Amino acid sequence: MLAVEGLCKRFGGFLAVNEVSFDLRAGEILGLIGPNGSGKSTTFNLIAGNLRPSAGSIRFDGREIGGLAAHAICHLGIGRTFQIPRPFRKLSLLENVTVAAYHGAGGKISRAEAQHRAETALEMVGLPVSSSVQTNGMGAAALKKLELARALATKPRLLLADESLGGLDREEMEHAAEVLDDIRNRLGITIIWVEHIMGVLMRIVDRVIVLDHGEKIFEGKPAQAAVDPRVTEVYLGKART
Amino acid sequence: MSTTRLAWAAGLAILIVLPFITPTYFLHLLIQILIWAFIYTAWSLMGRFGFVSFGHGAFMGIGAYVPALLWSYWNVTPWLGIPLGVVLSGLLAIIIGYPCFRRRVIGHYFALVTLALSQVVLLSLIAAREITGGSLGFTQRAVGYSWYALQFPEKSYFYAIAVLLWLFGLAVWRRIDRGIGREALEAISEDEEAAASVGIDVLREKMRVTVISAALTALGGAVYGQYVMYLNPETVSGIAVSLQIVFAAIAGGVYSLFGPSVGALLTLSLTEGLRVWFGANFVGAANTIYGILLVLCIIFMPQGIVGTLQRPKGSSARRDIAWNWRKG
Repeated sequence: MLAVEGLCKRFGGFLAVNEVSFDLRAGEILGLIGPNGSGKSTTFNLIAGNLRPSAGSIRFDGREIGGLAAHAICHLGIGRTFQIPRPFRKLSLLENVTVAAYHGAGGKISRAEAQHRAETALEMVGLPVSSSVQTNGMGAAALKKLELARALATKPRLLLADESLGGLDREEMEHAAEVLDDIRNRLGITIIWVEHIMGVLMRIVDRVIVLDHGEKIFEGKPAQAAVDPRVTEVYLGKART
Repeated sequence: MSTTRLAWAAGLAILIVLPFITPTYFLHLLIQILIWAFIYTAWSLMGRFGFVSFGHGAFMGIGAYVPALLWSYWNVTPWLGIPLGVVLSGLLAIIIGYPCFRRRVIGHYFALVTLALSQVVLLSLIAAREITGGSLGFTQRAVGYSWYALQFPEKSYFYAIAVLLWLFGLAVWRRIDRGIGREALEAISEDEEAAASVGIDVLREKMRVTVISAALTALGGAVYGQYVMYLNPETVSGIAVSLQIVFAAIAGGVYSLFGPSVGALLTLSLTEGLRVWFGANFVGAANTIYGILLVLCIIFMPQGIVGTLQRPKGSSARRDIAWNWRKG
């Protein structure tokens, strides 16, 4: 479904993503992990069109999408969330998601249909479906849900979930992970899940890629990652002997 | 619902009756207020979304000068000249807007670019003094009553045109406000990147509202030019006019349908009132008071006059919420 090859992103003299390659099968949940500054979010921004690759290719269903505008990539069927929630504060909760549903479909659906899709997405993540709710005063966890609902409303085939667990407590994390699992199982949406912390993610993903300093240092089953010496070194530091 | 309809009907009735009962001087003032209200409304179409343009003087100038020059030199009817001026303004909006929006020139930088645009058009009009009369201004060739030349010595004709123009402006404002286009523009005004990520074509949405706003402003300029018959670069274009548009629209309130119109009503009545009151005494005092009042307005009523009056109704509808990931 998605084929990333030799992807590079350079900010001045800094190489944020260096020759990263991976494939993604339809229906899979792929975990993308690594310490702070390892290039996870940059990789996301490159796939979602928020940044332009310096080199390499990104193919989505066989079509090169590297360097396309973000809205065009959304129309092709890639939805994303942001690490730090970015709600549209002047719009109500329902409007936030409706505008995503409408424009995610390229404006080719009616407003009523957009609102219907928005309501379905809100239900999916467990937010109230009410037109009078404002985003002001929504807590961090609810805002994370809004990010997910907004991405889902665009009817993506591939969902890029950026740190959906960041800043949540244990119980909230469990529920968030369940929602992501549900999205894959019930809606059949393929997911790339970026996370800084490994715990919950490892139980749900089919495969995991570990980045460090912009390079891929591991790809494989979550269970193998936990015992891989390079991965443990990155996360825990070098063992002293 | 029925009360708002009643209010609309009453308002329209007043507008229809007014020309029969007001002295010519007030009718003249009223026509100006309506035309400016239309222009301020046109500016607010984009201004309310934080796309603050200081370049609308340029669009107004082009809208006013193109039909006037075509008529006076080449006998081209304003019925052709006005659409041409409107189209040219739209093109100019594209030429300026496209690179700005493409390169993400927003906020202060966008304001500066458009500010320069105002001045470029003003200076061009002054420089082309062979045909425009430069700073001395330009008087259209008058032919008396004529539909072909769109000239009417009787003020009532222009009053009717101004009312229709103003209503047209309100209709466009409402169409954008009610449509899903508003939500997209609100989203863009807050966070262009997030907006693009949910599939909003940021460039296209911004271009669309900018071109509509510029074209309507040009139309307002054209009607203004046909009405006053005398054009001066300083009164229909340039930074001064752009600032007048921005201040009055913001003072009235850019977030409400009638905000810009109230802005026009208050600022123009105030200018006229102060001018008449002070007359030839204390030269400059009128402008000073006008300036101080505007500053006070903007500081203490950031939502504009109409926005401030409407606020108590809106705030009660807002509810604070705080859900968690927990079920149930």
